[in-house]
Amino acid sequence: MAGTTTAKIFPYPLNTWYVAGWDHEVNRSILARTVAGKPMALYRTEDGRPVALADACWHRLAPLSLGTLIGREDIQCPYHGLRYNAAGRCVSMPAQETINPSATVPSFPAVERYRYVWVWPGDPALADPDLIPDMHQMTDPEWAGDGQLIEAGCNYQLVLDNLMDLTHEEFVHTSSIGQAELSEAEFITSHTDTTVTVERWMLGIDPPPFWRKNMRDKFPGFEGKVDRWQIIHYQAPSTICIDVGVAKAGTGAPEGDRSQGVNGYVMNTITPETDRTCHYFWAFMRNYCLDSQLITTQLREGVHRVFGEDEAMLIAQQEAIDANPDYEFYSLNIDAGGMWVRRLLERMLTAEGRLPVTPVAAG
Amino acid sequence: MATSHKEVWQRATVVEVRPVADAVQRIVLAPEHPVAIEPGAHLDVRLALGTDTVQRSYSIVDADISGSRISLSVFRSLHSRGGAGLMHALVPGDTLTVSHPLQDFPLRFGASSYVLLAGGIGITAIAGMARVLRDRGDDYRLIYVGRTRAAMAYLDELIALHGDRLDVHVGDENTSLDVRRLVATLEPDTELYQCGPIRLMDAVRREWIERELPIASLRFETFGNSGWFEPQEFTVRLPQFGIETVVGPTQSMLGALEAAGADMMFDCRKGECGLCEVRVLELEGEIDHRDVFYSERQRDARSKLCCCVSRVARPQLGAVVTISSS
Repeated sequence: MAGTTTAKIFPYPLNTWYVAGWDHEVNRSILARTVAGKPMALYRTEDGRPVALADACWHRLAPLSLGTLIGREDIQCPYHGLRYNAAGRCVSMPAQETINPSATVPSFPAVERYRYVWVWPGDPALADPDLIPDMHQMTDPEWAGDGQLIEAGCNYQLVLDNLMDLTHEEFVHTSSIGQAELSEAEFITSHTDTTVTVERWMLGIDPPPFWRKNMRDKFPGFEGKVDRWQIIHYQAPSTICIDVGVAKAGTGAPEGDRSQGVNGYVMNTITPETDRTCHYFWAFMRNYCLDSQLITTQLREGVHRVFGEDEAMLIAQQEAIDANPDYEFYSLNIDAGGMWVRRLLERMLTAEGRLPVTPVAAG
Repeated sequence: MATSHKEVWQRATVVEVRPVADAVQRIVLAPEHPVAIEPGAHLDVRLALGTDTVQRSYSIVDADISGSRISLSVFRSLHSRGGAGLMHALVPGDTLTVSHPLQDFPLRFGASSYVLLAGGIGITAIAGMARVLRDRGDDYRLIYVGRTRAAMAYLDELIALHGDRLDVHVGDENTSLDVRRLVATLEPDTELYQCGPIRLMDAVRREWIERELPIASLRFETFGNSGWFEPQEFTVRLPQFGIETVVGPTQSMLGALEAAGADMMFDCRKGECGLCEVRVLELEGEIDHRDVFYSERQRDARSKLCCCVSRVARPQLGAVVTISSS
């Protein structure tokens, strides 16, 4: 049935941190990127501080991202040369001796953490860096890995749905991580005010090709059965860190001893761009063979191929949603995690006074 | 691009009125389309003044979290341009036409310290900023300047809320603010937000420039309604269009010229953009520059003025200004 929770085009909270870019994307040149419907011009000051300004000059709305960086922290409009500092205040206007006191562009709070630049598109008074989701595996010396950015042509919530239920691996990722045991195994869902967890164990199974390769990296020549786990940790509004791995069957992984296995964390954080597009930042971090750049590259490329399969499905799904405006979503038992995510998002949106939502027709 | 600059009009119902200081009336409005209010935001109000519709800007002093109750506070001076009289006459149940909240005076978060300076009714723009900085635990000082305590709106509430972060300077108690000393003792990375009479704001600006503090860290808002002389009637002549007309004390020069049929160019109507600039050909009296467009040097030249807010004055005698326009 068509309730808010099953809205097909889900609105996004604004009073929250979203990743605007990888650390290496934000430089002493200007990056144009839209976050939560707000076009931003992103750059760094000379002392390395990230800056996110609204990407439209106060004067005639020319995009500042086509402009030039000047001095320690200023950006100059490409059209008439108005200059703004990192706080978005105009510091220079052409052909006059004073500066119009109204001349500002919004400056969004920006913080660099966990190899990402995070921005807060909503009320800046509420922007507390302690609210940034925990993605510590990205920078913790106990973990190694890398990731990428997917420009996904779908509503961000479809990506969250995808990651909160990994049953789809059996059907979408048949050649890498999919296996029939996924839809046979039980899963346990739990939640708090800001988190949702879905845990699934598959004991005494054959490892799929991706995991057999990883086991052999750590345990050369490994053969045999494994115990496999997927523990999905969602943090509102759109960060999902998935604890995944396999260990030699019966060596105590479910009880907490993972020493006979390999462990990865799939770090996903999804930034709404528009109603129908999102920036999907992901990384695969591992806690074994930390010094091997070869394995880092192999895993990044391998996961890139796997996520390419998801991206194709998500785009096809978004197109089908838009092509069938008269049909609504129905839910399955496997959607428990995704539905809790939707419920928590609904509460964030209510707190921002942005509900009720009527399902949006295609267009 | 200000955060919200687009004027969209709506109806609002008066739900409460009460005096909060000598000649200051607090007016609580319930707007048709509530939105959350940022510190520094204001409302434009449309009022029927005789046969004319006039527009006035009033800062939002406080609001509830959803913006369904918005409080303005209106000062009615002896020389109010007529709008304040209408605002003071409002009673609960009245409705009026107001804009959606507009923001040209945004408070930036993340500065290492803040000074908020309010002169008289300027407290309406500053009080909300002080409250937010206090709630966030930021390092701020609030300075409130007035002629008499009885004329200072919200003084008791501010003392209770801000304690020793508040400095009060009262003219008739001989505790006037020493602007030079204030600016001289600021940390260089302080941001100063001010709203008040033009004399006070100009004095701060002069010291600020003299000390070579970063000009973008001095923030202010003026609706162009404060000057160096009391507003008085004067005559404006625009020979190129054969126009001569009288500008009443509650009228703007721009408004009077338009009413007399002159095709005038303008935009902001509050002395900021400079589009309404006219050249002064002859002058009997003094120019009362009420804009923030000209630098000190340009004002001294006395050859141009921003006709949306600036006036001319001559004690006892009627002032006359002859101008040319674009």
